[in-house]
Amino acid sequence: MPRVFGDRKTILILLVPVLALYVLLKIVPVLWSFGLSFFQGNLLRGFTFVGVDNFATFFTDKDALHALGVTILFAVIMTAAQVTVGYLLALLYVFVLRKGSAFVRTVVFFPMVLPTVAVSMLFKSLVAVGDNQGPVNDIINLFGGESVEFLATTWGTMLIAILMTLWTSMGFYAVLLFTGLLDIPDEVIESARIDGASGLRLVRHIILPLSAPILLSSVIFSFNATLKVFDSLLALNNGGPGTSTSPLTLYMYRTAFEYAEYGYGSTIAVILTLLCMVFTLTVFRSSSKRTED
Amino acid sequence: MTNHSTSRRWALTGFAALTVAALAGCAGGNGGSTDGSTGGGDEPEKFTVLTANENQALEDQLQMLADGPCAEENAAMPIEHQKTAQADTTQKVTLLASQNALPQHFIAGTDMVRPTGDLGAGGLVADYQDVLGDAFSNILPAAASTVENVYGQMVSLPYQYNLEGIWYNKTIFDEVGIEEPQTYDELLAAADALEAAGYQPLTTAGADGWPMTRIMGMYIFRNVGPDAMTKIKDGSAKLTDPEYVAGAAALQDLASAGYFGTGFQTMDGGTSTAQFLTGKAAMKYDGSWLLSNINDPEQNEIGEENIGFMPFPAVDGGAGNINQWAANAGAAMAANAKTMGPKTEAWFGCIAENYGKQALETAGIVSGFQVNGEVADVAPATKMVQEQVADIDETVLWFEALFDAKSGSLASTNGSLLVSGDMSPEDYMAALQSSIDAAQ
Repeated sequence: MPRVFGDRKTILILLVPVLALYVLLKIVPVLWSFGLSFFQGNLLRGFTFVGVDNFATFFTDKDALHALGVTILFAVIMTAAQVTVGYLLALLYVFVLRKGSAFVRTVVFFPMVLPTVAVSMLFKSLVAVGDNQGPVNDIINLFGGESVEFLATTWGTMLIAILMTLWTSMGFYAVLLFTGLLDIPDEVIESARIDGASGLRLVRHIILPLSAPILLSSVIFSFNATLKVFDSLLALNNGGPGTSTSPLTLYMYRTAFEYAEYGYGSTIAVILTLLCMVFTLTVFRSSSKRTED
Repeated sequence: MTNHSTSRRWALTGFAALTVAALAGCAGGNGGSTDGSTGGGDEPEKFTVLTANENQALEDQLQMLADGPCAEENAAMPIEHQKTAQADTTQKVTLLASQNALPQHFIAGTDMVRPTGDLGAGGLVADYQDVLGDAFSNILPAAASTVENVYGQMVSLPYQYNLEGIWYNKTIFDEVGIEEPQTYDELLAAADALEAAGYQPLTTAGADGWPMTRIMGMYIFRNVGPDAMTKIKDGSAKLTDPEYVAGAAALQDLASAGYFGTGFQTMDGGTSTAQFLTGKAAMKYDGSWLLSNINDPEQNEIGEENIGFMPFPAVDGGAGNINQWAANAGAAMAANAKTMGPKTEAWFGCIAENYGKQALETAGIVSGFQVNGEVADVAPATKMVQEQVADIDETVLWFEALFDAKSGSLASTNGSLLVSGDMSPEDYMAALQSSIDAAQ
């Protein structure tokens, strides 16, 4: 094997087709979008070069800044929730359920395979009010409370969106972190136990440091995925009420395709890409520094 | 070291080349698409028609024409249907137009076909007065004037001619002892009486946004006058003026008084219609397209003879009056100017001559075309709307009709914040006005 991979020709043969596809499908559209962000217009009206005007507009556009705020808020809350709940579930699988965890793992993972729109419809009907009231309000009524129209308020919609996304994704993060925990050698845990570490102390001083790399990957994974949230907020309440839960991706979609402003839409896409890159690089940098220390 | 810097140089060159290619691609998007030089006369073999998924009736009606009265035109140029989701119209039509691949007859966004819109400015949509020639007389004058008011030119066929007003349940009105309200104050009094009698006074599909902004818009038309929204477009008035803010406040008050019932903000169109047609709600502001639901006995449990239709009431001291009905002529259905030719013109001529009668006879649709010939057995509710159409002297558009695409969307989406009280009427109008200003 080392001889095969030591051969430059083999490396090229194996790498070039994949790299070419990657460049064609990923890099070219990104650069295309970057190019478009210096123009104004659309395919019909034609494009006019406007320099950095679109970027200047972005930072004075109240709707865009609001959407940016929604995106970051959602990403921060979701990342914290997904990774924490996922980690707790992984600990449960490894230390409590042990070999019997397969069934629970499958059940918790199951929502991940459901289409987001179907899940949104499900959650919408769970919190529905009026003639087809959902079980959540039935329970509130049971305890003497008045029905709440969750999706008519910003906080209500955000809460449902967070719970819904958590429900669908926690199984995935649990499995991801579970595999990381399995990599921790049994001997290390055993010797820590012999040294008297158990419960929280074991987790705090042994498990957590040893699973740090996979935790870091999960955080990067989760943050990048949630920064690009689109379908769940669109299907749940169309970014509403108003545009109060509309993330940057939805604002980008509307700008480019509903208002036919391809240039400005591309600018928003570029800013979102930069945001993902900056975050990923920052996390990488800080983690490599810590490793060096 | 040398190796390292060489590969880095290669990488940089590659990156620069890609950027240039991308930028060149962007600049290339300008070419061809708006060039009108290819001109008419280049007729395709098929009469391609792009309609919305949501409007199956139009496809069915056009197919019936192709199989019936327009068989000759169809033999010369067979009809071919294409579909799109209504929400994707702008995107789809923009792409098709940029590739010179527009169908012969297609749905388009309101803003696109105006003289200043992407299609209008590029000369891509034909004027039906030129296309139809003598057959233009088959379009009712009121419908033609509505089309011209909305689009600024005769670039759409009035497959529907919709009046908008308040549908009400006559049985409930009789039981509670109320008459058709003539003024807005009487409407509020009627709502109070209905609520006291245990009925939900009004139903609205809050999730759709527009049914709520229509109420606000009509209040403004009655308060400011029929030119209320034209004044906003030409800049002689602002939505932040108190008489416009009063419209937003009126809508907010209706919602906070509880007249729309529980859960209206997340209610869809179908549920709201069901509330009215099953007798749960006494009134519903909607267009005459509701006739297809009213004429369906499976949906209509209150009986078609028990349904009344009244215009939005007058506002005391306002410059508008109750007889100025809100009217529209459906979504824009434009004709491709570039591929216009004798066979396509013959198709449009046949549609203009026969659509009115066929749509009324087979589906109870009130269109903006002349009904050439006798139609027997018209449903009572349809007849009522037809008679009303014949009586109308002056019409008004809807609230967002003259807005750009972004402001129109904002009016609708922010409506839910307004009715929930999360946004004050002043803030609602200020946000909308600033979006309109930005577009100008």
